[in-house]
Amino acid sequence: MMQEHSSQAMRRTATRTSGEPVAATAREQPVGAPSTKISVRELNFYYGKFHALKDISIDIPEKRVTAFIGPSGCGKSTLLRTFNRMFEIYPEQRAEGKIIVDGDNILDSRQDIARIRSRIGMIFQKPTPFPMSIYENIAFGIRLYERLPKSEMDARVEQCLRQAALWDEVKDKLHQSGTSLSGGQQQRLCIARGVAIRPEIILLDEPCSALDPISTARVEELLKELVRDYTVVIVTHNMQQAARASDCTAFMYMGELVEYGPTATIFTRPTKQQTEDYITGRFG
Amino acid sequence: MNTTTAAHDHIVKSFDEEMSRLTGEIAAMGDLAVKQLESAMDALGKRDSKAAQRAADNDDALDAQERQISDDVLRLLALRQPMARDLREILAALRIASDIERIGDYAANVAKRSMTLNLSAPVPLVGSLPPMARMAGRLVHEAMRAYVAHDAEMAHAVWERDADLDTLYTTLFRELLTYMMEDPRSITACTHLLFIAKNIERIGDHATNIAENIWFVVRGEPLIEPRTKLDRTLET
Repeated sequence: MMQEHSSQAMRRTATRTSGEPVAATAREQPVGAPSTKISVRELNFYYGKFHALKDISIDIPEKRVTAFIGPSGCGKSTLLRTFNRMFEIYPEQRAEGKIIVDGDNILDSRQDIARIRSRIGMIFQKPTPFPMSIYENIAFGIRLYERLPKSEMDARVEQCLRQAALWDEVKDKLHQSGTSLSGGQQQRLCIARGVAIRPEIILLDEPCSALDPISTARVEELLKELVRDYTVVIVTHNMQQAARASDCTAFMYMGELVEYGPTATIFTRPTKQQTEDYITGRFG
Repeated sequence: MNTTTAAHDHIVKSFDEEMSRLTGEIAAMGDLAVKQLESAMDALGKRDSKAAQRAADNDDALDAQERQISDDVLRLLALRQPMARDLREILAALRIASDIERIGDYAANVAKRSMTLNLSAPVPLVGSLPPMARMAGRLVHEAMRAYVAHDAEMAHAVWERDADLDTLYTTLFRELLTYMMEDPRSITACTHLLFIAKNIERIGDHATNIAENIWFVVRGEPLIEPRTKLDRTLET
């Protein structure tokens, strides 16, 4: 019954009949039905004349890990970057449509960009620690938004490092440079820095592609911890990673959202041939 | 559901080779199981204990093939990390191999019981068994054809035709009961015949299991439909 429902919803999105667009919704959520955190409606994105995202409508559930997969150039990173209006730093790039986070359309130019980015943190492919101490890497962001006495700041830094599963490894060298850490540790430092400003959403763009399998496993384990408090969206080239670490998976191809559903369904019985071909390594 | 269309080749060719090797092994195992049943029935019909012993001994070959398939499945899962249809295909291969192995066991059991039957006078009702065995063999054969062709509809037909085998079994069951009541001296032989008939009926059940797995591979969902189960021997 539930299944029937969803495939209808997906078909509606795919064919886009008249009236309000109906978004692809991933169902069969684990533990109850979460509410939608990010609601994308008819999103189109252009790099100059290049139409990079085509009529994307998708609902990202709150406090779940949602993975975007697809071949290079399919638009998955582009979609992720629209969620915090990252594209605005490039004049040629523009987005049309709606991205509603808790009722506000963040694409609305009246929205305060600094506030949006404080609510939505982003982690990149290459770890990007600031050239300062481990402690300062985290305290720096907090100071932008809050003025805390030293003891509270210490506690907050510790809490963030613990949340990023890094505390035990760095507690004795908090004043060493962040760049002295290993790649995996640097990436977790960036995640700690991301959660320090208490965002609601964490976007990760290929966060493990430069990490070894052990560090990758640590980050994936961390994702499971993070979704208790945050909504997590991850772009990954590694399908096994999407399968292991996400609750919902969206498969994108050539700027279109092809299929979106619970991860277990996408990887065992996808409904679209394109999804099937991609995840079984038969593309092209 | 688009999954019924023919799959493209994998980018990694050796994965395709390993998958087709697995399919080939399953198909060969299925053929051997059908041959085993035929040999056992042949030995039964000719009251040839030596041939029956050969058929029973041949079951080891099927067991070895099943072990080989288990090894292949384990290696594919570990090294290829299959997804979606590949994953269903590999899971189904494991299950189907186990069904075929059971079919082989039943065929071996038919052979062994035929040797026991040869120790007493021939029972005329033996003649009712070959049509039943032929039907069971055809079901397995058709199921294997559907497997190689990835044909869900053909598999579904097998799944439905098992009901005919159940009907034959029920009929034979009643005939044997009547016969035993009329001539208690035939009870030993008839009981063996009854077990043989039951073994053949079970072979049909494994053919339907195979059919269900083919459906699952092709369609991505289990085959759940009310099916008329015609084994009414419990009501007799």
